[in-house]
Amino acid sequence: MSASPATPTATTGTLAGWLPKLRTEGLPLVPIGILVVLAFLAIFAELIAPYNPEIGSLSQRFKPPAWVAGGSTEYLLGTDHIGRDVLSRLIFGARVSMVVGFMAVFIAGVVGSTLGILSGYLGGWVDQVIMRVTDTWLALPGLTFAIFLAAIVGPSEWNIVIILGSVYWTRYARVIRGEVLSLRERDFVRLAIVAGCSKWTIMRRHLLPNVANTAIVLATLMLGVVVVSEAALSFLGVGVPPPKPAWGLMLADGKKGLMAGYWWLTVFPGVCIVLLVLAANLLGDWLRVKFDPQLRQL
Amino acid sequence: MSDALLELDRLSAHYVTGRGTRVVRAVDEVSLTLQKGETLGVVGESGSGKTTLALAILRLLPTAAKIVSGALRFDGEDLLAKSPTEMRKIRGKRIAMILQDPMASLNPLFTVGDQVGESLRVHENASRRSARERAGALLKSVKIPAAVQRLREYPHQMSGGMRQRIVGAIAIACEPRLLIADEPTTSLDVTIQAQYLKLLREIQREHGLALIFITHNLGIVARMCDSVAVMYAGRVIESGPVRRIFNAPVHPYTRALIESIPRLGEGPERLTAIDGQPPDLASLPAGCSFQARCPRVMDHCREEAPPAFDIATQHLARCWLARP
Amino acid sequence: MTTLLEAHKLTKHFPLRRGLFGADPGAVRAVDGVSFTIEAGRTLGVVGESGCGKSTTAKLVLKLEEPTAGEIRFEGRALQTLNAEGLRQYRRSVQAVFQDPFASLNPRMRVDAIIAEPLITNEKVGKAQARERVGKLLDMVGLPARSADLFPHEFSGGQRQRIAIARALALSPKLVVLDEPVSALDVSIRAQILNLLVDLQRDLGLAYLFIAHDLAAVAHMSHSIAVMYLGQLVEYGAAKTVAADPKHPYTQALFSAALPSHPDESRDEIILTGEVPSPVNPPSGCRFHPRCPHVLPRCAPEVPRLRTAFGRETACHLYDPAP
Repeated sequence: MSASPATPTATTGTLAGWLPKLRTEGLPLVPIGILVVLAFLAIFAELIAPYNPEIGSLSQRFKPPAWVAGGSTEYLLGTDHIGRDVLSRLIFGARVSMVVGFMAVFIAGVVGSTLGILSGYLGGWVDQVIMRVTDTWLALPGLTFAIFLAAIVGPSEWNIVIILGSVYWTRYARVIRGEVLSLRERDFVRLAIVAGCSKWTIMRRHLLPNVANTAIVLATLMLGVVVVSEAALSFLGVGVPPPKPAWGLMLADGKKGLMAGYWWLTVFPGVCIVLLVLAANLLGDWLRVKFDPQLRQL
Repeated sequence: MSDALLELDRLSAHYVTGRGTRVVRAVDEVSLTLQKGETLGVVGESGSGKTTLALAILRLLPTAAKIVSGALRFDGEDLLAKSPTEMRKIRGKRIAMILQDPMASLNPLFTVGDQVGESLRVHENASRRSARERAGALLKSVKIPAAVQRLREYPHQMSGGMRQRIVGAIAIACEPRLLIADEPTTSLDVTIQAQYLKLLREIQREHGLALIFITHNLGIVARMCDSVAVMYAGRVIESGPVRRIFNAPVHPYTRALIESIPRLGEGPERLTAIDGQPPDLASLPAGCSFQARCPRVMDHCREEAPPAFDIATQHLARCWLARP
Repeated sequence: MTTLLEAHKLTKHFPLRRGLFGADPGAVRAVDGVSFTIEAGRTLGVVGESGCGKSTTAKLVLKLEEPTAGEIRFEGRALQTLNAEGLRQYRRSVQAVFQDPFASLNPRMRVDAIIAEPLITNEKVGKAQARERVGKLLDMVGLPARSADLFPHEFSGGQRQRIAIARALALSPKLVVLDEPVSALDVSIRAQILNLLVDLQRDLGLAYLFIAHDLAAVAHMSHSIAVMYLGQLVEYGAAKTVAADPKHPYTQALFSAALPSHPDESRDEIILTGEVPSPVNPPSGCRFHPRCPHVLPRCAPEVPRLRTAFGRETACHLYDPAP
């Protein structure tokens, strides 16, 4: 009576336990490709970018992209109003967007998931308090609140991360709490109680790993939201402070030049934002579908 | 045997998944005959193919599955040659089906009366009023108390046993010749199940219905069925009249199934157990699919899958032990 | 025969919440005044249909719920009076196996962690010691040693149930609550698991509280049987006595409804009328009287007492001569 595998899976390694249904066929190559490229640019920006993104030469301002009349291959995507290379700013901007995006999502995820688990499992007044706080928080208009906070504490990259994290944790709390509410009725949680595990052990060992899937999917979807929010904040001038390159900031600066016909200052940063958000959303959607049949199997 | 009501001749239905890489032979060369008014029990565990067989008969297989070979005749007509429109006229009117979970069979948004009358309106073009009257009569015939009031109620207002009767009423509304019941009592309590089985027998007698009862429970077969077909890994490994199968089972699987059931009253300390696990249909071994668990396996079993041997009148077994 | 666990007039009501205008909304009277004993090394089988309270009884014994009234005594000590240390002792002695093998194991934990969890939670054991114990337990339930490194989804239903049993045995408990342990398994696997449970009882001296709706399985496994209906005990006695000759009309109907094991096995068909009533508003007097084929005039107003008759206890006016 040997343990015959019921389904063909990778049978060894910790990864197998966490991603048993994740096969390599059907991987969404385009979103993953985009994210990998952007991550690559973000990490190796110093080596890839042709120019310093923060310093420009005024004699070279408003140069159009290389393929347009008046442009040159020196500045592939043109220059902005201070003469800074757009391509370099885009590449360094990837770092800002991805760092801010991932960090903010991470903070939101950790805070929100923790509160969701506590709220869902402990119930009682803990649940009530956390849910009321969540409700109140949700009632505040997210972006406006972020602007408000940014205006108070002053713009800086770290402040933005914390502000965005503190605006978006509520989504996590709600969703994770719902998941925990159904998980805690499961037999394996009951058996853990029968085995004598404390509430904290149950939350850590039994609930947390089983909500991880949902949290990851939510994270990829939230990434898009956070990146757009960061862009909006920067656009409004309360985000990442200049001269640091951030895509939203580039949009704001470039806006002034639109009427004058300097389209490359807004189009390229815009395309980058769209690509990142699209890739994150597509990946999140795919992950959600991939994890779902497994969830149903449990 | 051309006056048989339902005839399956080496019918096979396969699931193809994983972009053509995995073929699951869910139903493999199944041959069955059912006479008018007869009750056939199809016994099998999870993965035996019994539900796929039921769906295949009604041509309701999901898109991933196809009938790949064999013949399927109902009342002399070739069902495999029917167009989708023709099949729709047959389903619900001449062949009906009852499923395991009554809540899944009933639409929570429509009243009981609407749902029972639906097949009457669809198949017989009955008017609303006539459908409602007949629905009331049908509910009475399945022994639902206060039938007329129930017509206005919704499925969630009723108990499991009552819902299953409503499903039964829907099934017999158009007086079908054949009723396929797929584990209809698995979710019911024991005493409710007894009520329901009694009701099924009465309906069958009154309407001259032939019944295919799909179950994993040999006790139901013992009580309800005239003949039985035992399925394993998509094949019928033994079939015949019910008394013969219980008195003299030939295939080791059938024998083990019968002996593994705890008996009320006396009984040995240890039950006869079958070693091993039910098979993985996607990776069946060469030869007989029961070889890994068979207490009487022989070398030949691992090489070649046995054909169906005739043991006695209508008693067939797919086992090399039955070779004359 | 030592008494391991004693339940005395155990009661559990779940209050219903109503809106603003309700009068007393009532309660689900899941378990109502149930008393039984479990002997060391023996099996008490509990049968009944939905709403009878058998699952709630299991939860009360496992201290997953607290009783509304009545008490449970384990080895003489009342469960309600246990302090933290006493509770830990109790949890060591009483473990459980539940019905659904697919929901009983944490899908994110490896088998050795699952089986060892009760051990590391309650005792100071080193990794190597735990690992050794896990190996022994896997062997006891008939699984190969390499199962320890695999995840639950790599096993079939029957194998998962074996893992669940191995985990239940990790602390060498005295009593194991088995709540429908084989109902979700394939028929050909059930006998395997039932045999395993019988062997373990014999080898380890375990007591079982065996809850199931499959009468034959319960009768096969149990030394004594308790039949429950709508939260109350209707019949209680030695398994052979109750199974061979049930006296309470409900028990009779239950046993007659159990399917035969052979087409020629005839059984008096006692078909009950009506549905199982809800435990929110149980009928007055004897709760079974609306469906009873032998109902007497005193059944509606008068609650029958559980009395000894024909070698077992039964709560039925048929066996209780009017005072």
